[in-house]
Amino acid sequence: MLSASPYPALVRAGYRRRSVYLTASLAGLFTNTVFGLLRVAVLLAVVAQTGSTAGYDAGGVSAFVWLGQGLIAVVMLWGDGELSDRVRSGDIAIDLSRPWDLQLALLAGDLGRAGHAVLFRLAPPVAFGALLLPFRWPDDPVPTLLLFTASTVLAVVVSFSLRFLLDLSSFWLLDSRGVRSVYNGLGGVLAGLTVPLAFFPDALRGLLYATPFPAILQTPIDVFTERDGLAELLAHQLLWAVALLALGRLVLARATRKLVVQGG
Amino acid sequence: MIVETRGLRREFRVGRIGRRRTVVAVDGIDLNIAPGEAVGFLGPNGAGKSTTIKMLTGILVPTAGELRVCDLDPVRSRRELARRLGVVFGQRSQLWWDLPLRESFTLLRAIHRVEPGAHRERLDRCIDVLGLAEFLDVPVRQLSLGQRMRGEVTAALLHAPDLLVLDEPTVGLDLVSKERLRVFLQEVNAAGEVTVLLTTHDLADVERLCRRLVVIDHGTVVADDSLTALRSTFGGARELVVELVAPAGPLDGLPGVRSVCVEADGLRQRLAFSPADTTAAALIAAVAARVDLRDVTVVEPSIEDVIRTLYATRAPS
Repeated sequence: MLSASPYPALVRAGYRRRSVYLTASLAGLFTNTVFGLLRVAVLLAVVAQTGSTAGYDAGGVSAFVWLGQGLIAVVMLWGDGELSDRVRSGDIAIDLSRPWDLQLALLAGDLGRAGHAVLFRLAPPVAFGALLLPFRWPDDPVPTLLLFTASTVLAVVVSFSLRFLLDLSSFWLLDSRGVRSVYNGLGGVLAGLTVPLAFFPDALRGLLYATPFPAILQTPIDVFTERDGLAELLAHQLLWAVALLALGRLVLARATRKLVVQGG
Repeated sequence: MIVETRGLRREFRVGRIGRRRTVVAVDGIDLNIAPGEAVGFLGPNGAGKSTTIKMLTGILVPTAGELRVCDLDPVRSRRELARRLGVVFGQRSQLWWDLPLRESFTLLRAIHRVEPGAHRERLDRCIDVLGLAEFLDVPVRQLSLGQRMRGEVTAALLHAPDLLVLDEPTVGLDLVSKERLRVFLQEVNAAGEVTVLLTTHDLADVERLCRRLVVIDHGTVVADDSLTALRSTFGGARELVVELVAPAGPLDGLPGVRSVCVEADGLRQRLAFSPADTTAAALIAAVAARVDLRDVTVVEPSIEDVIRTLYATRAPS
């Protein structure tokens, strides 16, 4: 009898790989929390003027900041370029000579990594913010938390797919650091890390929702804080998740073909 | 046949746009490897060994020629082939760097979908013979090179591959680690479980493991034979080293001796002879008739000499 699919084991391995670096997790957590304090101070000052800005009150911005600070680690907004390095060093040959679907295998590992980040990078700052500052908890906790979980998984998939594409560019560029640093610079603003996307003018926001960026960070936060139009937001995430995964497969197939045909 | 190639050829386009030229890395290699063989694949740097291995594992498509590995077309059936192939790259790792060694094996079991009982059995054997027990719970990044290579070989064998490809598996290892690995590989191959294709620059690997040698240079096979046969064809002279009781002049004029090398002021002399011309016994008798002998040794041509001769005779003019 053959054993089951290897992918659950790869999810576990993704989790385990992070869990061996507890000190790094704690250091990241500390940094995220410090930046969270700075951001929440600024945003609380903004909403204090009027009591509420674009539907955010004090509890709302606090929830926005602490969820955001945690989610940047969960979705890994700023990729580490691990795959890119493997392409450059040629270790990708090992990944390609395994009897697995490479994209699915890496996604599985990334989901495991994200699971670890939920426990060690998301939960603590949220607890910290919720205990010490005004915090908007969901009115309807059970369905909202379920939806939040689904939305976070989709956010990880979208973020993974974008990082995957950026890393694959190494097959053509040899060094993906340039494109990745542009992405890392813009990502925070476009995904809704700096300020809530609701603060943006309508026209600009419409434009942003034509990109996958809001799906990475703003959408799960909106789900948690029970803002309007959740069905559309989740559909937006799902659509981008599927489209970007499909694009990733296509590009991987091209990249592999290039490697296999042209060598390298 | 486990490996079957005919006229295998691979070209690369190199250089800047506008000044491109074609380099032929592999130039018509015919190679047949039967199940159970242990083949040493040798050649100087840049001879085309790695390119050939990449084609065998399906990560590089041949420019021309026919190629079948485990009865599969490597490029088209890369994933299927990956189940039947074990690969060890001395310079790369297939283990999970951050995790304890044990967890890499568990993952590989899942990836190759090996039945737990069979996995357990093979792993226990490797743990036992390769002495992995003491570092199974150490993260791979903390292993010494020798420990890691033992882990790599285990990783390549856990799914019971038909063909084990070893690309410089002993590079950088100390003598004890090398020996331990060789003994293990020899045992695995001798048990008839797996066919071995080994590239190395360490000729002792080949001497210990491989009954057959394929030597390539400039992308073509320059020799394909048993080590013994290659030795007698290319090995040239055996050497009789004689230690004398008293210094003597060069022992010239002995029948069958090609050259004489005098050392230690004539106390030691090296007489090169070909087995085709005379025997060691006859030569010793002839020397003993002329001078008083203290000691004699017969030196076989080293495999290094064989290979050096091979490379030299095939060097481009």
